[in-house]
Amino acid sequence: MNAGGEELAAAAAKRRDSEPLAEAPTEEVRRAQEERLMRTWQTPGGWRYWSSANNSDVGLWYTAMAFFFFLFAGVLALLMRIQLAVPDNDFLSAELYNQVFTVHGSVMMFLFALPLFEAIAVLLLPQMLGARDLPFPRLSAFGFWCFLLGGVFLCGSIFFDAAPHGGWFMYPPLTSRYQPDIGADIWLLGFSFIEVAAIAAAVEMIVGTLKCRPPGMRINLIPLYAWYVLVAAAMILFAFPPLIVGSMLLEIERAFGWQFFDPEGGGDPLLWQHLFWLFGHPEVYIVFLPSVALIAMIVPTFARTPVVGYSWVVLSAVGTGFLSFGLWVHHMFTTGLPGISLGLFSAASQAVAIPTGVQIFCLIATLAAGRVTRSVPMLFALGSLMIFVLGGLTGVMVAMVPFDFQAHDTFFVVAHLHYVMVGGVIFPMLAGFYYFFPLCNGRQLSARLGKIAFWLTFIGFNVTFFPMHLTGLRGMPRRVFTYPANAGFDALNFVSTVGAFIMATGVAVIVWDVFRPKGKQGYSPRNPWGAGTLEWLQEMPGKPWGIRSVPEIDSRYPLWDQPNLLRDVDEGRFYLPDAQEELRETLVTSVIDAVPQQCLRLPGSSFIPMLAALTTGGFFIFGTYHLWWLALASLVLAIGVIWYWLWTGTAIIPETEEKDVGLGLKLPIYVSGVAAIGWWAMFITMLADLTAFVSLVFGYFFFWTIHDDFPPDPSPGPGVFWPTVAAAMLLGAWVLTMLARHWNRRDRPVAFYFGLAIAAALEVAGSGALIAGPWVTGLDPTTDVYPATVWLLVLWTVCHVAVGLIMQLYCVARRMAGRMTARHNADIINTTLYWHFTALTVAMTVAVIAGFPLVD
Amino acid sequence: MSETWHRRLTFRRMGNICRLGLGVLWLMGCSGNQSTLDPAGREAERIAILFWCMVVGAAVIWLSVIGLALYCVRAPAESFSRRRASVLIIGGGAVVPAIVLAVLLVFGLAMLPGLVTPAPEGSLKIAVSGELWWWRVRYLTTSGEPIELANELHLPVGEPVEFQLESDNVIHSFWIPSLAGKMDMIPGRVTRLALTPTRIGVFRGVCAEYCGTAHALMKFDVVVEEKPKFDDWLAHQSQLAKPATEPVAKQGQDLFLATGCHACHTVRGTTASGIVGPDLTHVGSRRSLAAGTLPNEPDEFRRWIALTEEVKPGSHMPKFDMLPAEQRDALAVYLKGLK
Repeated sequence: MNAGGEELAAAAAKRRDSEPLAEAPTEEVRRAQEERLMRTWQTPGGWRYWSSANNSDVGLWYTAMAFFFFLFAGVLALLMRIQLAVPDNDFLSAELYNQVFTVHGSVMMFLFALPLFEAIAVLLLPQMLGARDLPFPRLSAFGFWCFLLGGVFLCGSIFFDAAPHGGWFMYPPLTSRYQPDIGADIWLLGFSFIEVAAIAAAVEMIVGTLKCRPPGMRINLIPLYAWYVLVAAAMILFAFPPLIVGSMLLEIERAFGWQFFDPEGGGDPLLWQHLFWLFGHPEVYIVFLPSVALIAMIVPTFARTPVVGYSWVVLSAVGTGFLSFGLWVHHMFTTGLPGISLGLFSAASQAVAIPTGVQIFCLIATLAAGRVTRSVPMLFALGSLMIFVLGGLTGVMVAMVPFDFQAHDTFFVVAHLHYVMVGGVIFPMLAGFYYFFPLCNGRQLSARLGKIAFWLTFIGFNVTFFPMHLTGLRGMPRRVFTYPANAGFDALNFVSTVGAFIMATGVAVIVWDVFRPKGKQGYSPRNPWGAGTLEWLQEMPGKPWGIRSVPEIDSRYPLWDQPNLLRDVDEGRFYLPDAQEELRETLVTSVIDAVPQQCLRLPGSSFIPMLAALTTGGFFIFGTYHLWWLALASLVLAIGVIWYWLWTGTAIIPETEEKDVGLGLKLPIYVSGVAAIGWWAMFITMLADLTAFVSLVFGYFFFWTIHDDFPPDPSPGPGVFWPTVAAAMLLGAWVLTMLARHWNRRDRPVAFYFGLAIAAALEVAGSGALIAGPWVTGLDPTTDVYPATVWLLVLWTVCHVAVGLIMQLYCVARRMAGRMTARHNADIINTTLYWHFTALTVAMTVAVIAGFPLVD
Repeated sequence: MSETWHRRLTFRRMGNICRLGLGVLWLMGCSGNQSTLDPAGREAERIAILFWCMVVGAAVIWLSVIGLALYCVRAPAESFSRRRASVLIIGGGAVVPAIVLAVLLVFGLAMLPGLVTPAPEGSLKIAVSGELWWWRVRYLTTSGEPIELANELHLPVGEPVEFQLESDNVIHSFWIPSLAGKMDMIPGRVTRLALTPTRIGVFRGVCAEYCGTAHALMKFDVVVEEKPKFDDWLAHQSQLAKPATEPVAKQGQDLFLATGCHACHTVRGTTASGIVGPDLTHVGSRRSLAAGTLPNEPDEFRRWIALTEEVKPGSHMPKFDMLPAEQRDALAVYLKGLK
């Protein structure tokens, strides 16, 4: 068994909820504890502030930037509305308008809605779960810096007339062959960053909600917000990879002329649409579910009663997550697909209304069961319900294929999407702002300004978007920079523009409320809304360590149900009341029963995440401008920075095996294997990676279904010999990796080094053999889609093998430096896990490129 | 201000706002020659019926759900037994929606075959290609050559038409809101759309898939008329252009061939046989120019020839402002004469 394994099994066997300390530690002891905690968790000052990895800082920056991008995209929307206020307007030229609507949509979806969910989760999730921080604090910081870099690029481009102008959905061939300017590359570049940040966030959320909970918070006691975040994070793993693959194909076609989407070379524009909407549809649920989660936290507080139908909400959230992956074709109803596909996807698109309805009725039941207090968050929550339900109903309407034949690509859909997005994301966000603001800096926003802002945004929104239903049905298509006079849209468009400015005024009131100086108004009382969940344990203003001691939980609303909880936590009568070694710590627990398993040491502030973001960013940015050597240099630097990051910050052999975390409980500090969060992070990331690979394979078989001669017969390549040789070598390397893990455990260093050395040689040779297949058979990816697809599968596999090789070198270096031992073997375990997935990739690639042509 | 009074005020205010909004929209009406709610074709009629049914249903559902929610906000606390809660949640959230959706699905999908099956054998067949940013129209007659024109369609009332839709550049979408739903035109594929106009009139078609800079200026005219009138029109379209007789027009005809217009445009009956741009054989009798962007007047011809990209940003036709005004006039007169 791996490190900590036996101890964990024993702990699970004799687990019973522990009681807090019967008596508080003395005043003196408590003060010393707090001083140590403060020194450990202190936010760095001066310019070092930006090296903070504490979730309260990173979460704040993330939220602020996401909100800033919301305002930026909102201003773009106002420009669009000015242009459309009157017919034949010339406020914006056609070219500029096309950039503006593209950037508006792209920024709202990629730089606002999704990062906002990540940001709020980074900020609040640990506090909701009684944790001091997320399990990978620097990973969140890295995600933030990537997001910032990508966002600045994308938004900045519009000031240089270099913004993308292919729509947020970037359909080829328009974007592959007809827009040779840099705009589309900027889109692809900017979103590569966001994709990285999203996967990083998904890892944090999944591991955080499943493994970093307070003891006793069994899986059926976790806050609904945590469930929703878990579902959304899991969805990210499976939704983002198709987009990543699609973006990769599009950029390779643009930069190198490989054929994927151009019919001349056998490509198909519909492949992009499938890949994009496989991402795009779940994406809207990924942003919707965590926002509804905020409402699910707010409503019980103001109804003063636990949520009614907790299990139904959870089941529905999971159901919505699953179902949302089966709807994507409803964005393609007018592409000429066969009737049976249309019918199936229409039915599925309708079906998703059912779990959504269940969630709404659970909230209504909660309102009924409680006595509702009026407040600004409740006002926004009710407004969100009114708007979202209307959007959901128009969604059911466009899910009906015959109606969609008329409504698709008109302002009716613009109305629908804004009703669900504003009702489902923006109003909950505003509710969340007013509700959670005291947790950010201890002050409250103004109830008076909040009410004014609500009415302005609510009325303004409806005046803007309700008429658009009619505008669309009167025949106005989307994405038009102008429209002719007297076609029936004049008054409707003017009304919409007026509404937009009313809504903007409301947003301006909120911005004022958020940023106005609040020095004079004093701090908010603790738990100002009288809520029942753990995040409201926070003092006002909050201390950088988060929670004073990690409590034992036995209820969904601990602040309501557990007597003396506040006192016990504050007096350090629970776990981790101290930081004796002045190292940051939080608890890791088991998934279902939240049995404490590990005392996790967390890293402190560092500039490494920023540096990693810059170097990774350099790779994408230089690549966009076709500065290949600089891109390569950046990539090498990025690998170096990440190596250094892992070397100094992960799998650190602790000074002692176990530590007393309080209440007489001793927990291991170092854990490797299936219970370790590092293993989980690798597993989760590889699930996303495997999904991307499967999307590539999907591309291969997509072309097989639409072309008679794919693969061409007789097959020009890559043949059977070289791929088989490659498979044998690479799978051999995989076996050697597993053996090396075994030899390390058995403390046989010579066998370990030897094994990995041979594995490395096999990997180099095997990669060569894999490349030899298409190379010697003369496959040219710029001529036709078949060679392009084969080459891409080969190069994808080779890149993964290369990364695996670097990981093995890392393990060798760690062992040599004494940072990895027989017992402390997390590095080789995680490397072997990576190699399992890579072996699967190798096997599938060879089966597809060499095996399939034989059976076809 | 007491709380109940405040609540009533809130409700009344919201109710008034809704009533005002609906009233404004009602005044704006639904009619138009580009409106799905003023159908003039069999498919559009069926879809409009579906729409009105759904709107009524949606309004009832929205009012019920929101009414229930607001009632629950105002009502005093009830102790909800698990059973009662489950009934409300599953009944309201799952059972009722499932029934409503199932009914809707059956009703709506039953309509689908009628919308996607091809027009009967022997129906009028028209091939339309989406270009940047205009419409290439070819009437496929059973005998002989297709009859080519651009940016305008005439259709006989009451008879099914089969459209064959293609593009060799980017994705476009062919949409005549008054007559039927839309169909995308995707490079590498041929998609089809069948429709039957039921009312005489002139309607507008638009491109409904973002296709680049001038997407908003890619429109076409659809004239639905009696069969005999349609037959006459089609016969006329198949004829060659009459040679110009009047001196200015003759000068224009010569300039057309001398200044390069013939490289991109076809005028059947002359040596102009370019296919990059729209067929201009009978351009003088069309309802509009530049794909529904300009009225068909001699002045507009002049404007188009002289300014081109300024009228239609991104246009692939170069502007001919290097020609002296008098030559541009001649060209305009010639083209207007190609009826």
